[in-house]
Amino acid sequence: MSDAIIHEVTQSEYKYGFTTDIETEVIPPGLNEDIVRLISAKKNEPEWMLEFRLKAFRQWQKMKMPDWAHLNIPEIDYQSISYYAAPKKKSISSLDEVDPEILATFEKLGIPLEEQKILSGIAVDAVMDSVSVKTTFKETLAEKGIIFCSFSEAVQEHPDLVKKYLGTVVPSGDNFFAALNSAVFSDGSFVYIPKGVRCPMELSTYFRINTQNTGQFERTLIIADDESYVSYLEGCTAPQRDENQLHAAVVEIIALEHAEVKYSTVQNWYPGDKEGNGGVYNFVTKRGICKGEGSHISWTQVETGSAITWKYPSCILKGDNSTAEFYSVAVTNHFQQADTGTKMIHLGKNTGSRIISKGISAGLSQNSYRGLVKVGPNAENARNFSQCDSMLLGDKCGAHTFPYMEINNESAIVEHEATTSKISEDQIFYCNQRGISTEDAIGLIVNGYAKEVMDKLPMEFAVEAQKLLQISLEGSVG
Amino acid sequence: MLEIKNLHVSIDGKEILKGLSLSVKPGEVHAIMGPNGSGKSTLASAIVGHPAFEVTSGSVTFEGRNLLEKDPEERANEGIFLSFQYPVEIPGVSMVNFMRTAINEQRKYRKLPPMSASDFLRFMREKKALVDMDNKLTNRSVNEGFSGGEKKKNEIFQMAMLEPKLAILDETDSGLDIDALRIVANGVNKLKSPEKSTILITHYQRLLEYIVPDYVHVLHDGKIVKSGTKDLALELEAKGYDWLK
Repeated sequence: MSDAIIHEVTQSEYKYGFTTDIETEVIPPGLNEDIVRLISAKKNEPEWMLEFRLKAFRQWQKMKMPDWAHLNIPEIDYQSISYYAAPKKKSISSLDEVDPEILATFEKLGIPLEEQKILSGIAVDAVMDSVSVKTTFKETLAEKGIIFCSFSEAVQEHPDLVKKYLGTVVPSGDNFFAALNSAVFSDGSFVYIPKGVRCPMELSTYFRINTQNTGQFERTLIIADDESYVSYLEGCTAPQRDENQLHAAVVEIIALEHAEVKYSTVQNWYPGDKEGNGGVYNFVTKRGICKGEGSHISWTQVETGSAITWKYPSCILKGDNSTAEFYSVAVTNHFQQADTGTKMIHLGKNTGSRIISKGISAGLSQNSYRGLVKVGPNAENARNFSQCDSMLLGDKCGAHTFPYMEINNESAIVEHEATTSKISEDQIFYCNQRGISTEDAIGLIVNGYAKEVMDKLPMEFAVEAQKLLQISLEGSVG
Repeated sequence: MLEIKNLHVSIDGKEILKGLSLSVKPGEVHAIMGPNGSGKSTLASAIVGHPAFEVTSGSVTFEGRNLLEKDPEERANEGIFLSFQYPVEIPGVSMVNFMRTAINEQRKYRKLPPMSASDFLRFMREKKALVDMDNKLTNRSVNEGFSGGEKKKNEIFQMAMLEPKLAILDETDSGLDIDALRIVANGVNKLKSPEKSTILITHYQRLLEYIVPDYVHVLHDGKIVKSGTKDLALELEAKGYDWLK
């Protein structure tokens, strides 16, 4: 009985798979110093930016891909990847000038730019492939002195800010993928919230991979100055592809004194088909620093996509009395593999962190939580609470928890709780008897299980994310 | 409304119902009584289509349609409701969300548009008042942390919301003190109508003092061995089941 239903799950295919036919400018595959220079030249970058890239490239050349994660990663030929692609049409000032194909694509994804703009008050910085296509609401934000633009634009228009903060949270040589990103990053978003300003709307970016064989290397830098506040949303859905696609983003967040940054992600990259072919490799380095006294950073992520996910949104709690949160739901199905979690590094006094991780595994997938809580010798009265729950659907998937703790101060209080559960057939049948189909019942139960995290998502994302959880698990029961 | 003919049902290869027949007409209340292990709950499970129970022969029709070829959720949406003996807990799923999903699934099945949020909340308020359901309970997750009595009350509340044509109450009286029993029975009585039928599955006569059946059937070893009116229940109370074996 269970087997039949598990078999049924694996029939559900990626619902957002399609490609857009637009002219793209792609540089030849391969990676060497000339390519790095070419990327920099195409973007008219200043010398210091090129130097940053070259330094990273040289570091990357000496590095090896990390192999400590609970992941089985096929060999990646970095020389067969093209590191730059840009939609040909650029410099757009109104929606009329946007390629109608691109607009149609966003509509298929359920994010009509125009509607979003009017209805939800979100400023959307839509990134198709590597170059920003459209930035909205810029003027409203500009009145408050808020800068929200593409990374390339920031390099040209706000070089001092970029220079001051780029690579300060994730150094170019931090890890293999961060080094790769630092060398070849194409574009991304830049946010600066001035002192004392509360950003009046959720800032949002939609990323997609669109050109075959084109790695996507976004770079995001968010700076919240003293006593400012910003909520930032990032969401992605990628078109269906046969070939694996590499994605290695870097996100850096800096929160200064009493600043608060909320970063929310819904990630739905193409996970590969039900036989495990294709799918996006998602190797992301996300890190924030609570640099100032009393600052706060929270990461909320809903991860349903990618063939392979390697991602640990982390926080360095440097300022005294600073706090950080990590809320995560990670769903894996079919042959998906996820190794995700967080690092909370307590350096300042009276710092607090909270980790809530909900893993859901189905099919033949492997889902791991990996988290580090580190308390430095000067972090008096550090406090951490971690809860890591796993839910298994079926008996062929795996759920793993790897908690690490390094405590160097006796006054620290660190708590860790973990549970593992299954959806019972009795629960499913109870729903069936109330007229709810098995698929909807799973959606309901899984969303209930993940509620504590889902509740942290901004309203604009909540509905979309709930649907995603259900779509990702269609038909799976244990 | 419900016609069961010569029904044989097995679980894990063991035959529990051995040729049971029962006919329920609109508006009727039937009580199924019998000792433990006689097959009372198996009958309820077979009607609603629990996957663990295998119908090996016989027929079950509901309003003239073959019930046995329908999925459990289709049977529910046709208008059959089971008040579970042991309602399960579903952590994190609010009662509001659960009931709204159930009602809209039913409406979809009947080709009706979904109920708007405000209509739904009004409807829910009405039904809560009807069965004396506490706000405290409907604001919580489905059955999570409910006492035995609260769970049974919640089943009756769901029944009020879903307005079934046929309600099957499986040992709804078990584990209830006399006050809770009265509240639950009141709820059931308020929901009675000339079009709606009820099957009460119970071990004791006690429930039948509050919900008066039109017919009483005694189940023994997978078959109905005796049928009668409510007087039969009193006779059973006095004599026990042994004389029927």
